Amino acid sequence: MTDAIRAEGLVKQFKGKRALDGVDLTARTGAVLGVLGPNGSGKTTMVRILATLLRPDGGHAEVGGYDVVRQPHEVRRLIGLTGQYAAVDADLTGTQNVILIARLLGFNRAQARVRAAELLERFELTDAADRPAKTYSGGMRRRLDLAASLVGRPALLYLDEPTTGLDPHSRNGLWDVVRGLVDDGVTVLLTTQYLEEADQLADDLMVLDHGRMISRGTPEELKDQAGNQVLEVRTVDTGQLSLAARIIEAVTSTPVVSDGLLASVPVTSSGVLPEVVRRLDEQGVAVAELSLRKPSLDEVFLALTGHTADEEKTTDETVDEGARA
Amino acid sequence: MSAVTTRTRPAEPGGTPATPARITPLGTIQNGLQLAWRSVLKIKANPEEVFGLMLQPVMFVTLFVFVFGQAMMGDWQAYRDFLMPGIIAQSVIFATLGTGFSLSQDVEKGIFDRFRSLPIARSAPLTGAILGDLVRYTITVVMVLLVGILIGFRPEGGAGGVVVAAALVLLFAFALCWMSAFVGMIVRTPMAVQAFGMILMFPLTFSSSAFVNPEDMPSWLQVVAANNPVTHVVDAMRALMLGTGDATGPVLWTVVWSAIFTAVFFPLAVWAYRRRT
Repeated sequence: MTDAIRAEGLVKQFKGKRALDGVDLTARTGAVLGVLGPNGSGKTTMVRILATLLRPDGGHAEVGGYDVVRQPHEVRRLIGLTGQYAAVDADLTGTQNVILIARLLGFNRAQARVRAAELLERFELTDAADRPAKTYSGGMRRRLDLAASLVGRPALLYLDEPTTGLDPHSRNGLWDVVRGLVDDGVTVLLTTQYLEEADQLADDLMVLDHGRMISRGTPEELKDQAGNQVLEVRTVDTGQLSLAARIIEAVTSTPVVSDGLLASVPVTSSGVLPEVVRRLDEQGVAVAELSLRKPSLDEVFLALTGHTADEEKTTDETVDEGARA
Repeated sequence: MSAVTTRTRPAEPGGTPATPARITPLGTIQNGLQLAWRSVLKIKANPEEVFGLMLQPVMFVTLFVFVFGQAMMGDWQAYRDFLMPGIIAQSVIFATLGTGFSLSQDVEKGIFDRFRSLPIARSAPLTGAILGDLVRYTITVVMVLLVGILIGFRPEGGAGGVVVAAALVLLFAFALCWMSAFVGMIVRTPMAVQAFGMILMFPLTFSSSAFVNPEDMPSWLQVVAANNPVTHVVDAMRALMLGTGDATGPVLWTVVWSAIFTAVFFPLAVWAYRRRT
């Protein structure tokens, strides 16, 4: 099996700040590569380089065997791009938006009309086809954006945070669409801030932080690294929380994070639960709440990097802006 | 890597034409026209914008003619005839601001990213927007002229003179819109483009022969007006539309100024466009 995307040592700087700091990447043909990372981790910058929208300052990237810097036209013939901001023309109707792209790609009038009807039908936009896109809901706009990126039947589809800001129903709908595309043999590069999304869709995962790849593997491998679940304990008397934290630490041999009200720790199996309960009981800790839940992206980050994803948001957002400017 | 390329166009009903392996000059023109079609659709989608486009000149024509006319020339009809070429020029010059505004919006909203990720001519989004805007400018010229005719403006230069004058001001607008495009690309937000443009356009149009005969201005302002390209455009239009005096000099100056603006701002706009997008 060949690789659809292969990149080595990608570097991109904005005003002296490194948005990408030597990233390697491989995406297998026909698979979904998920890129997980918080705001400002360099996800969008990476997608923009691979979509020929930005030139890397260092490194090398090939898409479908074509160099993104030297053969951009060839790369553009292979890819479809759905950005973080739904890039449809709000003044144009759904049909007009799709026809415009089709015409640009060399469809004649009749073919363009057929293709537009086909795609709008597929994305359940037929009823809204003749309404301006500005009247669409967020989910509908996202679907129209995706439809527009599929006009030329791309072999590779880049989805840059496709579900950010969508309600759960629209998000699930979009996931189904992506699965359908993968069944058709499309290679997908998906960036996301949501662990669950990566888990649902990606065959392979890479985690970006501060422009560096800090982890890669299958979703399963990643979760093993970061803990499958999170154990949380709240005590009746907050004064007992630090004692509870020490007990849990002793059982799980993992550092416990406590905010003064709640102690939490990633755990790899729920097998530790009875032991924790027994010891807390033995030490006379009155437990108000004890639960196991899936880890959030923050916690995965904490486990992988030692800092939370949120922490650096303010400084990194300027980098993301730079990536768009 | 053939595995990827052969997958590009799976055989499906409906048929997908292969995108050309390279961009031909014909393809560049086609892409530009397709994107101009988009700009025209946007005009149609926003009738209120066209209405606004009309409203401002209507307001200017009526206010200037009836408020200032008597005071300026002792006769509002005489001022109306003097003013019409000036106000057409001013309306079109202000309309060029829209070019920078909409380009800036397209960049901000990520629409240019979509276009640039397609295998199409790189210049097409820029040329398409500007071609579409020429339609907008033409609408403006026609609208202002209609309002003028409604209040009794009967150009002595006849239809021929009016058409040549309109063509001349459209040429100048075409040259000027590269400046607007350049500003649209270097200023960060559409609102800033608007503000910046206003600061530029008001002095440019008012310190010309558009509204007042420069002979009535203080001497330092006369120097400004005499060298203001808008003065040449307006003088040329006046000579052509009103059939007064020889248009040759100002027409030539207008062409020269249009060439200068294009020579300076076309490369700058393209440079800024490539840098920003």
